[in-house]
Amino acid sequence: MASYSTNEFKSGLKIMLDGDPCAVIENEFVKPGKGQAFNRVRIRNLKTGRVIERTFKSGETVEAADVMDIDLQFLYSDGEFWHFMHPVSYEQQAAEATAVGDAKLWLKEQDMCMVTLWNGNPLAVTPPNFVYLAVVETDPGVRGDTSGGGGKPATLETGAVVRVPLFIEIGDVLKIDTRTGEYVSRAKE
Amino acid sequence: MADFPSLQSDWRPAAALDVLRLRARLLRRIRTFFDRAGVLEVDTPALSAAAVTSPHLASFQSAYHGPGPLRGRQLYLHTSPEFAMKRLLAAGSGSIYQLCKVFRDGESGCNHNPEFTLLEWYRTDYDHLDLMDEVERLLATVLDGILPLGGVHHWAWRDLFIEFAGLDPLLAGVTELANLLADKHAVVPVGMQDASLDDWHDLVMTQVIEPRLGAGLVFVRDYPASQAALARIRRGNPPVASRFEAYLNGMELANGFHELSDADEQRSRFDAELAQRKQRRLPIVPADERLLAALSSGLPDCAGVALGVDRLLMLACGARCLSDVLAFPFERA
Repeated sequence: MASYSTNEFKSGLKIMLDGDPCAVIENEFVKPGKGQAFNRVRIRNLKTGRVIERTFKSGETVEAADVMDIDLQFLYSDGEFWHFMHPVSYEQQAAEATAVGDAKLWLKEQDMCMVTLWNGNPLAVTPPNFVYLAVVETDPGVRGDTSGGGGKPATLETGAVVRVPLFIEIGDVLKIDTRTGEYVSRAKE
Repeated sequence: MADFPSLQSDWRPAAALDVLRLRARLLRRIRTFFDRAGVLEVDTPALSAAAVTSPHLASFQSAYHGPGPLRGRQLYLHTSPEFAMKRLLAAGSGSIYQLCKVFRDGESGCNHNPEFTLLEWYRTDYDHLDLMDEVERLLATVLDGILPLGGVHHWAWRDLFIEFAGLDPLLAGVTELANLLADKHAVVPVGMQDASLDDWHDLVMTQVIEPRLGAGLVFVRDYPASQAALARIRRGNPPVASRFEAYLNGMELANGFHELSDADEQRSRFDAELAQRKQRRLPIVPADERLLAALSSGLPDCAGVALGVDRLLMLACGARCLSDVLAFPFERA
């Protein structure tokens, strides 16, 4: 099994910690002039998304995590699994609800998204930063009000509910920032 | 190469030109300080046939390819000019100082560059307490009008732990130290299974104490005998090392000793460090036999200290990282 020394730590490196795959976010080298060196490391647990801090004795080695990010096309969900396909090899992957997480709110069939694989199985799904989704339900639009003040909830085709300006109507296609879950603009026809 | 900035743009210096001017000013003031004090500037080799034995320091290694009888000789870039300067002292130089580049493999980060500028000086007939006073005078003189020193605080190493970490390091074992780190300071160490008590003390020092030292000049003295490095050890219960460290605004800046002059004791410390290297599977390096010969011939009673000049400049101009004060830090060298 591949392993990394603390000397190889850098942002993005995937390691195993307490049995979970993790990614190094930040690595700080700390050393007294006459003593033992340490690496103070901020790490994201890729299963839970939680960020933790660990202080490694420098020179220690940790097991590498077999984790990679690939771009796949979202095909459909059968309610239990979310199915993705590689656009060139047509190889398919099925992700469980825990791996898809909040990304399910933004997944539209045929959209490309980033799937993180751990030992070949989907671990996490990251939607594109911006998605275009149609409004399926909202209160009637208030014509002429483009102030953006106030606003109202709108349900999108994926089931996500976002806050939108009053002038938005059913059938409008909206540009959404998936990192914040916020409305950006109405898509140009 | 995604890991490195483009070679098209990183030919430029990392430090602002004003910072480089301040560096020149500090260097000038340091030389003036020692000139006035009658301390001789010296220049010793950066490449040496011997290397530092401490398991916590890693030397860069090189070799000479000829011509001449020394062809093929292994050489090490010095991690400090200490051994060569002590040979000068043993030869009767009197008090000396040196400003030079030193090299330490495996040290890179915000406060570390593998190559850095060290100010090292030795005072004959001084002990470590006299030298601490001179470090304070030097800093006050060199930083005059640039950075106020703030308060000056003195701590014995043991009292520092009691005050800032809330435990007596002479009584606390590994379990207490680990509990303190985990429960009170959210420090979760990895890879400490085979760590020594000294390693745990280093962990508490760097993770708990140093971040709490705050503003001002802090001297820590009387280290445990196991952390003596090249300092004399004073008899007592427990015995303590005549070693000190200086921190300015929470940053480790200087380390000094009342210098060990006993050649036999020095040899046994070299041997113990080489044994630790073997145990940790670190490279075995040649100990400095010329230093041992110089000590045997007689080192005058003296105290010595090494001070990081780049860190001093960092503090002087309020920089966040060493790379802000080096013309060409490691990544651009």
